[in-house]
Formats: sequence, structure tokens, C-alpha cells
Amino acid sequence: MSASSAFNDEKGGSSSVGEPEYGHDPASGGIFSSDYKRHDDLKEMLDSNKDSLKLEAMKRIVAMIARGKNASDLFPAVVKNVACKNIEVKKLVYVYLVRYAEEQQDLALLSISTFQRGLKDPNQLIRASALRVLSSIRVTIIVPIMMLAIKEAASDMSPYVRKTAAHAIPKLYSLDPEQKDQLIEVIEKLLADKTTLVAGSVVMAFEEVCPERIELIHKNYRKLCNLLIDVEEWGQVVIINMLTRYARTQFLNPNMNESFLEEGSDKTFYGSDEDSDEEEEDKDKKVEAPMVKRKPYVMDPDHRLLLRNTKPLLQSRNAAVVMAVAQLYFHLAPKAEIGVIAKALVRLLRSHSEVQYVVLQNVATMSIKRRGMFEPYLKSFYIRSTDPTQIKILKLEVLTNLANETNISTILREFQTYIKSMDKDFVAATIQAIGRCATNIGEVRDTCLNGLVQLLSNRDELVVAESVVVIKKLLQMQPEKHSDIIKHMAKLTDNIQVPMARASILWLIGEYCEHVPKIAPDVLRKMAKSFTNEEDIVKLQIINLAAKLYLTNSKQTKLLTQYVLNLAKYDQNYDIRDRARFIRQLIVPTEKSGALSKYAKKLFLAIKPAPVLESPFKDRDHFQLGSLSHLLNAKAGGYQELPDWPEAAPDPCVRNVEVPEWTKCSSREKRKEKKVDKPFYSDSDAESGPTESADSESDSASGSESGSGLEESGSGSESEESEEGSESEEEVDKKKKKKIELKKPVQVSESEQSSEEEVRKHERKNKQRKSISESESDDEEESESESSQSESEDSESEAEVKKKKKAAETKPPPKPVKKECKKEKKEMSLLDLDDFEPTPSPQATPLNSFLSSSLVNDLEGLSLSDAVLSPATISPCSALKSYELLHRITGEGLCVEYCFSRQPFPPDGNMVSVQMQFTNNATSDTKNLHMEDVKLQSGMRVNEFTEIELLPAGETASAVMGIDFCDSTQAANFQLCTNRRKFFVSIQPPVGELMRPVFLTENEFKKEQEKLLLGQLMGMNEISEKLTLDVKCRNEHAIVQRVITAANLSRVPCGSDKECRPPLPPPLPPVHRFGGRTVTSGSLVLATVSSREDGAAQLTVNCEKMVIGTMLVKDILLALTQ
Amino acid sequence: MTVAEMIHSLFLINHAGDIFLEKHWKSVISRSVCDYFFEAKEKAVEPENVPPVLQTPHHYLISIYRDKLFFLSVVQTEVPPLFVIEFLHRVADTIQDYFGECTESLINDNVVTLYELLEEMLDNGFPLATESNVLKEMIRPPTILRSVVNTLTGSSNVGDKLPTGQLSSIPWRRAGVKYTNNEAYFDVIEEIDAIVDKSGTTVFAEIQGVIEASVRLTGMPDLSMTFMNPSLLDDVSFHPCVRFKRWESERALSFIPPDGNFTLMNYHVSSQNLVTIPVYVKQNICFFETGPCGRLEITVGPKQTMGKTVEALMVTIHMPKAVLSANLTATQGNYSYDLATKVLVWDIGKLNPQKLPNLRGSLSLQSGAPKPEDNPSLNIDLKIQQLAISGLKVSRLEMNGEKYKPFKGVKYLTKAGNFQVRT
Repeated sequence: MSASSAFNDEKGGSSSVGEPEYGHDPASGGIFSSDYKRHDDLKEMLDSNKDSLKLEAMKRIVAMIARGKNASDLFPAVVKNVACKNIEVKKLVYVYLVRYAEEQQDLALLSISTFQRGLKDPNQLIRASALRVLSSIRVTIIVPIMMLAIKEAASDMSPYVRKTAAHAIPKLYSLDPEQKDQLIEVIEKLLADKTTLVAGSVVMAFEEVCPERIELIHKNYRKLCNLLIDVEEWGQVVIINMLTRYARTQFLNPNMNESFLEEGSDKTFYGSDEDSDEEEEDKDKKVEAPMVKRKPYVMDPDHRLLLRNTKPLLQSRNAAVVMAVAQLYFHLAPKAEIGVIAKALVRLLRSHSEVQYVVLQNVATMSIKRRGMFEPYLKSFYIRSTDPTQIKILKLEVLTNLANETNISTILREFQTYIKSMDKDFVAATIQAIGRCATNIGEVRDTCLNGLVQLLSNRDELVVAESVVVIKKLLQMQPEKHSDIIKHMAKLTDNIQVPMARASILWLIGEYCEHVPKIAPDVLRKMAKSFTNEEDIVKLQIINLAAKLYLTNSKQTKLLTQYVLNLAKYDQNYDIRDRARFIRQLIVPTEKSGALSKYAKKLFLAIKPAPVLESPFKDRDHFQLGSLSHLLNAKAGGYQELPDWPEAAPDPCVRNVEVPEWTKCSSREKRKEKKVDKPFYSDSDAESGPTESADSESDSASGSESGSGLEESGSGSESEESEEGSESEEEVDKKKKKKIELKKPVQVSESEQSSEEEVRKHERKNKQRKSISESESDDEEESESESSQSESEDSESEAEVKKKKKAAETKPPPKPVKKECKKEKKEMSLLDLDDFEPTPSPQATPLNSFLSSSLVNDLEGLSLSDAVLSPATISPCSALKSYELLHRITGEGLCVEYCFSRQPFPPDGNMVSVQMQFTNNATSDTKNLHMEDVKLQSGMRVNEFTEIELLPAGETASAVMGIDFCDSTQAANFQLCTNRRKFFVSIQPPVGELMRPVFLTENEFKKEQEKLLLGQLMGMNEISEKLTLDVKCRNEHAIVQRVITAANLSRVPCGSDKECRPPLPPPLPPVHRFGGRTVTSGSLVLATVSSREDGAAQLTVNCEKMVIGTMLVKDILLALTQ
Repeated sequence: MTVAEMIHSLFLINHAGDIFLEKHWKSVISRSVCDYFFEAKEKAVEPENVPPVLQTPHHYLISIYRDKLFFLSVVQTEVPPLFVIEFLHRVADTIQDYFGECTESLINDNVVTLYELLEEMLDNGFPLATESNVLKEMIRPPTILRSVVNTLTGSSNVGDKLPTGQLSSIPWRRAGVKYTNNEAYFDVIEEIDAIVDKSGTTVFAEIQGVIEASVRLTGMPDLSMTFMNPSLLDDVSFHPCVRFKRWESERALSFIPPDGNFTLMNYHVSSQNLVTIPVYVKQNICFFETGPCGRLEITVGPKQTMGKTVEALMVTIHMPKAVLSANLTATQGNYSYDLATKVLVWDIGKLNPQKLPNLRGSLSLQSGAPKPEDNPSLNIDLKIQQLAISGLKVSRLEMNGEKYKPFKGVKYLTKAGNFQVRT
């Protein structure tokens, strides 16, 4: 009660807002005069010429404002101090002005000139703060002044001032929407800004002023994507949300084929049959119109760019950023890639309860559409007794959504503990959840029903009531089986008082009165007795019951019905009176009664469809996830609809920025181009992420900062021009690259004349080598390992950037160059000292997942002739060896083959992904293909493939499963089950599949090898074997090919390339090096093959895992000598 | 016509429901808007159960509950709710950072400073400066010494130099930091979240870790930290200073740190590693069908402690409402039973493996009240110094970019997070 009284007090207090100050202290009317005196004090203090007095006065005034007291009468005294020299006084005056200017517009105008002066100040911070205050004063008269100020500030030298200008745009717009057109011009200009500082703020302005002008984003799209990682957190959220909408208008639905299938299988089995038939057999001559139109899906590289550049932000500490990325993936990513967001979202469940609340709401929506994504995290949604009720109920919702045949027993066991909770609201929700599981999963319906019936004897009435309601719904599905339950419930009417439950029981008895012919009339008798005391919903059901009984058993119940209807006729509630009148007309035949009464029985006792217990979160995803509208399930003001995917993609060229070369190049080159264009846009800022920006900072911190503001490029004093310089420099670089590699060393030595340290030269050579090996692999090793290739490509482009930076830095005076060198050296030493892990390319992961997903798509029988994916992408898997899991004969027509696809297994990085191909050679369909009874050595884990519901005769299907072999070659045993039979099968990996490639440079490789040898890394191993190479396998290509087929390693670009090595007199025997890491423990695996002309060769494997090393040597040996 | 802005107004409300601070970033919204919130608060009984997002006819109210205070923001249009929630928590963090604690009285004492802070943190409802380093450059946190000096000299706590942090590309670090003792300390703190069922089997267990840093280094140091066993880390989130690509490629944390205290990284230990549960609990709580009483017996013992001592052991039980009082004896530590909140707390302290602590005795129930349906679950608190239970170890901490040699240190601590034993 104490809280409520306080609440009333508060209300009393709040009503006095806006009244003069004295209203606040009603207890002492005498204060009135002293109050006025106090204000006089303040005025005096403000008029004094001592800053300390002014400050004291302003502090007291601001404290008044903070407490919501009125200080408006001090306006004239305060506004005089707007030009005060003391910064703190000035700040507090600003606070006051912004608060009261709207109320006292005329007086506020007095301050304007001060700000106008401030706008011209040489110090950027003063300019910015003047604009901030000026734009915050909501005085319509100064709109033109604001407009002018914003325009000017938008082309200010300082990015900070430009940021402030962006902030001012929505302020002005809200003050005067007439200015929209002019403001859009400013927005357009600021959107082109290249600094991270401005990006977030201007997109914010865009969203508030002209979110419909999506075409303004085209030219800036790629830049925004690339800047994103360095924008401050809040800006990231706004940009990501906007880009989600943008992508929905510009790109094609990456799941369009799947969603079609999905829809089909939702409806009927037949439907899905036909669909998949068509998909696979006659792709070309499809009958259905929509299918004819559908072209093979190719993801726009810009779409990919967005997905790739937002993914790292899942690691942000800011929950809003994580959520923004998650919704972007949910709305935009191909189905196979969405999984990555689950982990991040589950992480947020550890955060504050408000964050949990919002995240769970979104997870609830997502888990309906994409259940599989959260299934591995089922236990993270288990409920603790200390969770707030609203969190408990949301977790329950998620658990219910995740329930399926395999996990339902675990979930029900959890639910059992929840039912005993002391939190009764939560218990009620649990009962509802059980009901939903029971309706969705037929197998457990009886178990659930029995459980719920047991709850009917619970001591808590609420629990019983809730159970009754749920049981009623379940019984409706198969009433004939459960007449004993109905009887049991009939007895409950004596005890149970909760209206909803009583009503449910009565409805049940009425509906199924034929199953309980003896009890029903008796219940009606009792109810007739208590009719007047019942709640309205119960009364309505009594009338219903009476009517139904009258129709089926009028002998026994005629009089009772009459009695009830008479009672109802005089009820206070007009609904009940209406109902009684209506029913009487229908069921009691009179002369006047119309034709309808003949059908009364049909009307009342028609078979009613069982209710579908649906999640309240179903279909909520038509709201953009993470939005307020989604949370409230109602459109909030200013909500921008998430558009549907377009049927055909709009012209992607609109996003091209005018660099003629780009449009010309082939798709393959385009891909490279994209990587290169990063530095073009954002220079150091975007390309290498925080690394670079931080580097540039250490420069600018030592360099001069002050007026020139933030610089994008490396050294502090450079301006736009030099930036452009570096751009063109880069342009040149690109051209260079296109020329033959041979020329490169020359170029380098040219630009390097200024005699630099050996280290640098050396390093550069390394890079040179890298880039060359990359192009070489393009030429001849296309079929080998795509991932390693893309890695080398990546690091190559990084090298490019660094080189470019250096090139840019050779221009300015030698000082910065020196610094740069030092820095380079440091970085080198950093690498040397503390990394025993080599450097795989930074972007390897996204790329790989990209590949794997497309692979999955491909194998799912979806047409895919992706131009973005070069043929090399898919070819390695065609070279992969496939193994038989189940022979056609033992499998009774079902033939299963598997191969190790060498792609990362997205749900779990420690798993080896196994691609399974099922072929049904039998004459009948095979259903429900799934795994059971997995038997594993300790430590091993399996991620089962998703059940294949139907495999029609003659069809082929594929699935991917993941196995964590724990770096052992132990077999994973399990049963492969169909609707008819179970087969014991096992998968045993060749040792070469237990690793994944790692990109190493030759130097790194040697260093690592040395480390392993010297036992620096815990006493290591080397296994060497001499061999004679098969005649066919003496050339380099064959060796590489065979080793890579035998083991999932990546080739180390080696120094035997003649072009980049300075001519050495004695040609050394060619050495081939390969690197990888074991999948589970990540131990390094290094393999070296050195061969001589005559075929004599030596194979060396270094690996801290002795067993793996030994086995690998055997396998490679075999591959090389065959 | 109204136009979107993110956060329109902020109200701070104490436990009793009094508004003690209001701040508007645009036109003034009457406090009466909070009435809808008070209504919901009334309904929710527990403050934790007030829905964080409320809809009123003209506004949306998004609130957080922290340190017994409500931070209530008023929003007029569509905005990602997490955006606002996250921001409100930053405000609370900033208050804590500046004034030591987030309480009504401290806020009232520093109302002007807070007002200045809020002014800097949001511009037109959009976050402007939320980094503690930047804010501290603009508005100095109050210290006793400074407030004495300020009153004597009339100088202010607003920075007289203009801040540069906001302008740099590393907004989290202020420029020109100087220390005579350069030190960088890191605390690796791991929390065990677990649900253990009646029979002692673990239903669910995981380890969440955080690396808290306290870095006081001169200039622009560039730090990098590597781990002996980074593969343990399954899911991570970083302070914005951490270079993501270095982590991706080398599993090394490379960063230019903010000045002062900050959370460097949060992590989750991959679930495949079995979580070691340091203690076991034997319990027997039962309520008799007849007579107003029940029995309680709890014993705690060490399970897997890696040879370390378990400290600050504490068992908390939320008793059913019907439990009137508890008459217990503890062989070690003290117990207390709060009649109002029905919370039994047994503070054990250090766990002695030779003589296991035990708490036993009787519970008396309200006469006439039915026997509680369910036994309450136990929440365990504990600490183990010098141990990261996952086995995570920092292998190296390097500094580049500055010449001096800093003091470095890493401490490990294991705590019970959400550790619940069902009965």
C-alpha cells in the first residue's frame, strides 16, 4: 500500500508541473515569498561579475530544471550570460536555453548572434557546439539561419562539425518540415562523406527525413558497407537497419528456391513431391509458369559484401549492434548461413534482464521459422527459479517452439520441474506450453494428456483450471478415446471455481454428451441450481449445455432446459438474454419457429475442428526483427515496412561509382576488385579494420591535430589532396598488378630507391612472392583447394594495401616515412615474438562459409550456376573421394555414399563436415531417413543431419552432418533409420580429413617447423620417409595434386618460382610444403616433400600429434608412390 | 507532424515511485506520462517484472531497472528497443563510473554534473559521446579534493581544454595520458552457470568469462595478449578497441586500450569441454503432511576444486511463502532467515574439506497453510582465487608503441554465476 500512496503523492506532484514554483511546496504557504526572494538571489548572482557566483547560480538553476521545477522566470537574467567567458557557465546557460527557448522565443533571439559568431570560430569544437545549440533552440523564426548554418557546416573541413551538421538536420526538419527538399540535398552531400565519424549520423538523418529516398544510398552503398566496422556503435545500428531495408529492395531472395520448396512441403506431401521432381528432373522444361521464369539464383556480390562486413559485428559488446546484425542475417542471408547468429543471440541472454526480454522475443519469432538454428542451444533456454516471470514465460515460448520428436522427452522432463514452481503464472504458462507440445507432436499427446489429468488433482486451483482449459483443447482432437477423462472432469465442477475452467468443462460435457450420457444431465441439474451465481462465461456455457442436451436427450432434460432458459431470460447481462432468446427459438419447435429449427441439431452438434494452439509469435517476422513494432506486435509510428524481395533484381550498376574500369572487368576480376576498392573508399579506416585505424592514430597523435581535424590517411598533416594522391597511386597499383608479374620486381626497386632497411625489402619480396603464387595457383591449381587460394588472394590484397600505403608515404617528406618503417618493423617483431600461430587470412572464414553454403545449395538439387563462384570453387569436391556407407543391396535399395567435403561445418567449427548422398534405388518411397543410436568414443560428437522426410523411389538426396573425431581415426558408429529398417553403419575418416588447411608463408612455415623440432612447443615430432616417386608424379603439379587429395592441407607458396627469385646459381631441388591444422585441437600439421629429378624424394611430416603424423606419412606416401 | 528521434526524455524514478530527475532532449513531455509506468509497476509486484517496453496512447516507455532505480525513457516513434535499453545501461554505467555508485542520494548530490553528462551523451535523442574516456575529458568526475579546490577557487569541473578524443579515430582513448607508474592489470573472471537436479546430476552447465582490465599507461600503448589455449574460447565479444581481424587470424587480442578500467572481452567456453563443478550439495528439505513443520538438512562438500580452496561459499534459498521461521544449527558459518522476503541465507565462508559444513534443523509453517507443493531450489555462491576453471591461461602480454617498461599482471578468479541446485 505504501507504494500506491507514494504513487498518489506523485500524481499530485505531477499535476503541479507548469504551475509556478510555489505550488510545489503546499505544506508551507509562507515559503511563497521566500521563494521569490530566492529567485531574486539568483538573479543578483547572475548579474554579478564574478564567475564563481554566476556558476553557483547556474548550478542551482540547472538543479531546479533537473527536478522538473519551473525556472522560466529567470530567462532574461540567464540569457545575458550566453557570451560568458567561463566555459562551465556557458555550458549551463546552453542547457537552460535549450530547455526554455521554445517558451520565450523573443528573448531567445537575443542569444542567436553569439552562436552565429561561434559558427565562424577557428576551433572546430566551438563551431560544432554553436551549431548544436543553435539547432536545438526550437524557435521557428530562426529556421533560415539554421538552414544556412547547416549547409555551411556540411562542407566544413572538420568531420566533427559535419557530424554535428548531420545531427542538426532532423532537428530542423521537425521544426519546419517545409525544408525537406533543401535538407535532402544536404543529406545527399553528407552521405558521400568518407569518414566514419559522419556515416552513422547522416544515415540517422536520412532515416528520419527521407527514408523513402532509397536511391540516395546506391552510390554510397559499398562505402557504407566497408566503413561499417569502424563506425561508432550507435551509428552501426542505424546503418545496419537501413541497409537491411535497402537490400530487400535491391537484391533477390537468396532462399527463393528453398522457400518455394518449403511452402510446398508445408501444404501436402504431394505438393512437395511434385516440386522436387520438377526441380531435379526437368529443370529446363518446367510446366508451371513461375518455375519457368525462375532463373538460377546468383547472389549479387554487393549482397555478399553486406553479409560479410556485418558478420564480425556479431562480436560487438553492444547488444543493439548484435541484434541489428542478427536481424539483418535473418532477413537477408541464405538459409544455410543464418546459423551464425544463434550463438551471439544466446550470448546476450547473459546480459541484463531487459536485454534478455527483447532478445527472447526475437528468438521466439525466429525459432518458429528456423527451429534448427537454436536447437543446439536448447539448454540455454532452461529456466531458473530466479528468472523474472516475464523472462520465464518467454523462455518457455522458445522451448516450446524448439520442441520436436527428438528432444520432446527432455523438454517435457524440464516442464515437469517447472510445474512445481512457486510462481503460479509461470506454472499456468507451462501447462499451456505442454498443451502446445501435445498438439504439435502426436507421439507425446497421450503422455501429455495423462500428465495434465494428474494435475487436475493439484492443490492449486489455478493449476487445475489451466489444465482443464488445455485438456479441453486436447480432447477435441480425439474425444472418443477419452470419455473417462471427460467423466473425471465432470466431477470437478463441484470443486473448481475458476470461471474459465468451469466454462471449459461445461462445453466439453455438452459437446461430448453422447460419451457421458448419464452424467451430463446431472451436471446440468447442478448447474441449473447455481445458475444465478455463476459468472457470465459460465452462464453462456450452461445455456449451451442445456441446448445440446435438449437436442440429444430431450426426455430427461426438457424441463431443466426450460428452467435454465427462463432464468437466462431475466439475466442482467443482455448477451445472456439474447443468447437465451435465440436458442429457445432454435431448439424448441413452435408454430412460428422458422425453417432453421429443423437444422438445430446440425447447428449445435456439428463437428468442430480442434483448435490450433499457435505460438503468439507466429508470423511476427513480417515486422523487421529487433524493432519496436515487432516487440509490440503493432506498427509503431515512423516504422518503415520491410519491403518484400523484388521479383527481379534492379540494375546492380547503380551502385557502381564512376571508375570506368570496374564495369568492364569480368566477374572474376570483379571479385578481386571489390577487395581492392575498400582502400579506395575509406583508405586506412575501413580496409584493415581497427588495425589500420589504430595505426593511423598513433601517427596523428604525434603529428599535429588541432584545426585540421580528423584525417583519414595515415599521417596527421595530409589533406584531401594527398589522399587522392594515394588513390591514384592505388589505381596505378592495380594496373601494375594486371601486367605480368615479371615486371613487378622492377617496379618495386624503382619506388624503393630511397634505400631502406633490409628488413623492408625482404618483407616486400615476401609479399611479392605471395602475390605471384596466388596468380600461379589461379592458372594451374584451380582444382585444388579453393579455400587456400582465396586465402592467398586475401592476404595478397592486404599486401597490396600495405604496399600502397608505403607508396603513398614515399611522397611526403622523409620523416613520416621513417616512422612508418619503424612501425613496420615493430609489427614484424610482434609477429615474430608472440605468435606461434601462423596467420591464416583474416577473411578466410566468411569466404569459406560462403562456399560451403553454396555447396550445400548445389547439392540440395538447386540449380546453381553462380558466376561469382568460379568453377574452381566446386571442382575440389568433385575430386573428393567418396566412400560407401550403405550398399544398395544391404540397404534394400537404399544406397548411401559419403565424402568429406572439406568445408567448414558451420554449426560447429570443430566438426568435420561429411556430405552424404542418399540414392533410393528401390521401387517404393523411403521415408523419415534419420540417424539414431550414435555410438562414439569418448569425446567425439556428432551433429546429425536433418531428417529427410521423403526420398521418392529413384531419387537422390543429400545431407550434411558434422562429426568431431577428436583428432582420432576412430569410427563414428550409428544407425541409419528409415521408416522400414535400421542399418548399422560407420564412418571412419582417413587421417588426412582430420585437418583443415592453414595458409602459411614459406618463412612462417620454416619457423613453425623449427619450433616443432626444437621442442619449443612441448617436445615435438618429425617423421621422415624416403621414397621414389612414380614416373607420372614427378612434376610439381602432380605432387601437389596428390598430397592435397590425400590430406586436407594447403600449399605453402614456395620459393622455387623462378620469376621472383633473384637468379641463384645452383637450382635447389624443388621443395613443396603444405600446412594445416587438426580440426579439433588445432595442432599444426606441416608436410614437406622434396624431390629430385630422378624421382628420389623425401617426405617429412611435423606434427605434435605423433599418431596423426605417422598415419599421415603413410597415407601421403601411398598417394605419391601409387 | 512529428519526426522520429530516438530518445525524447529520461526520467529517473526511485524504488518508491518518485521522479527525482528529468531530462528532455526535445520539447518537454509532462511527467504524467509516467503514470502508465506506475500502473504497470503496481501490477508487476516485483520491480523486475515491469515490462521494459510499454505502450501508451502517444508514447512508448522503455525502462531499465538498475540498482533499485528505474531509468525510464520516453520514445515517440519506432526505434530498436535494445538501442534504448543499451543506452540506458550506459547511462547507469557512467553514473557508477563517475560517482562510485548509482544511488538516488549520490545522483542528487551531483545533479548538475549528471545533467551535463546527459547533455553530452545524447544530441537530439541520438547518442553522441558514450565512451567514458571522452566524457571524462569534457566533464571531470568529482573527487573530494577537486570539490574542495573548486569551492575555494571557484573553478569548475568542466574540462577547460577541449576534448580531442571524439575527434580521433580511436574515440575510446584520450590523448596525452601520462603516468609515473605505468601498469596494466587484467582479471580473468569466470563464472559457472549450472543447473543441478535433485539427484546431483548436472542438467546444464557452462562457463562464462570476462577479462576486466585496469590499464594506466602513458601515451599510446599498443597491447597484444595471447592465450595458451585459445581454442577453449567458443564465443567472444569485444570492447571496440580490439582488432577483430587479428583475433580472427591469430587468436590474439591486439588493442590500444582505453585509459582506466574497462571490460576487454567477454567469452563463453565451448560447451564440449566438460564443466567442472567445484562443489556438491547434499540436501534434504521436506515438509510434513501433518503438522506445521518441515525439516531441512544441507551439506556442502568439495567436488573438483583443482586443489584450490573454495571461499565465500554461500547458500541462498527462496522459501515458499508458507514458511514462517527456521530453527537451524550450522556447523560452520551463520545463517539468517528474512521473514519478509522468505529468503534463507547461509553464509559459510571457506570450505574445509576435512569438516564439511552442515546446516540442519526444522522449519515451521504457517498453521493452516497447505504444505508447499514444491521444494525451493538452492542458489550457490562461491569464489576460487587464482583459478580459471576452464583452464584458460594468458601466455603473453606485449606492449608496442611506447618505450617504457610497464608493470603487468594477470589474476584469475572463478565464481559461481547462476548456480542452482534443484530440490
